[in-house]
Amino acid sequence: MNYLWAFLVGGGICVVGQLLIDYTSLSPARILTGYVVAGVVLSAAGLYAPLADLAGAGASVPLLGFGHLLAQGVCRAVDETGLPGIFTGGLCAAAGGIAASLVFALLAALVGRSRDQS
Amino acid sequence: MKLDPKSYAKMVRRASPPSPVGKDCLWAFFVGGGICLAGEVLRQTYLTWYDAEMAGTLTSITLIFASAVATLLGWYQKLAAHAGAGTLVPITGFANSVVSPAIEFKTEGWVTGVGAHIFGIAGPVIAYGTLASWVWGALYWAMSKGG
Repeated sequence: MNYLWAFLVGGGICVVGQLLIDYTSLSPARILTGYVVAGVVLSAAGLYAPLADLAGAGASVPLLGFGHLLAQGVCRAVDETGLPGIFTGGLCAAAGGIAASLVFALLAALVGRSRDQS
Repeated sequence: MKLDPKSYAKMVRRASPPSPVGKDCLWAFFVGGGICLAGEVLRQTYLTWYDAEMAGTLTSITLIFASAVATLLGWYQKLAAHAGAGTLVPITGFANSVVSPAIEFKTEGWVTGVGAHIFGIAGPVIAYGTLASWVWGALYWAMSKGG
């Protein structure tokens, strides 16, 4: 069941993104930024945690889940350290993904050569 | 013939080829869903050894690694041409947006080329995500004080 929900919810979130691409002129950068901010808002409103419980990676792998991660992280840090947590919580929770992206990108640049885009 | 922007937009819409929205959405659904399914398989595997939080992080890192390899080989771009948001919205799309410019701007040097352009798309995402979480954190703190 886990796997089915992960597929359906993850696919559904991507279809919403596709509709945004087809019906609006939003660029990919704007869609990704919008998704992360929307994820923070949905998580703050308490709507994203139930979805994450149901769909697992179906909710955490799309960029909405990245926003959820930031929002959850900031809450935990505030619970633990109080006000300073609003500065540390978000990026601490997201650190793994951000560091992995940067490190693998630099390694890829080291071995890769820019190719013809056509 | 006089044209106001509205009727011009209508003419452009009539003249441009129909966007096969249904087909786009099917591609996005199956590819995006497939990536999330792969993520769930990874997550369940990592859950054998780690707690839920670390399993989630390791899932992201594994998918990011796979995306970096696929981008390096030029496969991710080929899939993205069909899958659209199916490859953009998952964390693999975020990774692709970091890896692609890193490779692309190598010719302009490691600092002002690779280092600066690596954040072309990831920068705004991280900046506004961090701001949103900061605002939410402040609200959450205020609520925990008040309530």
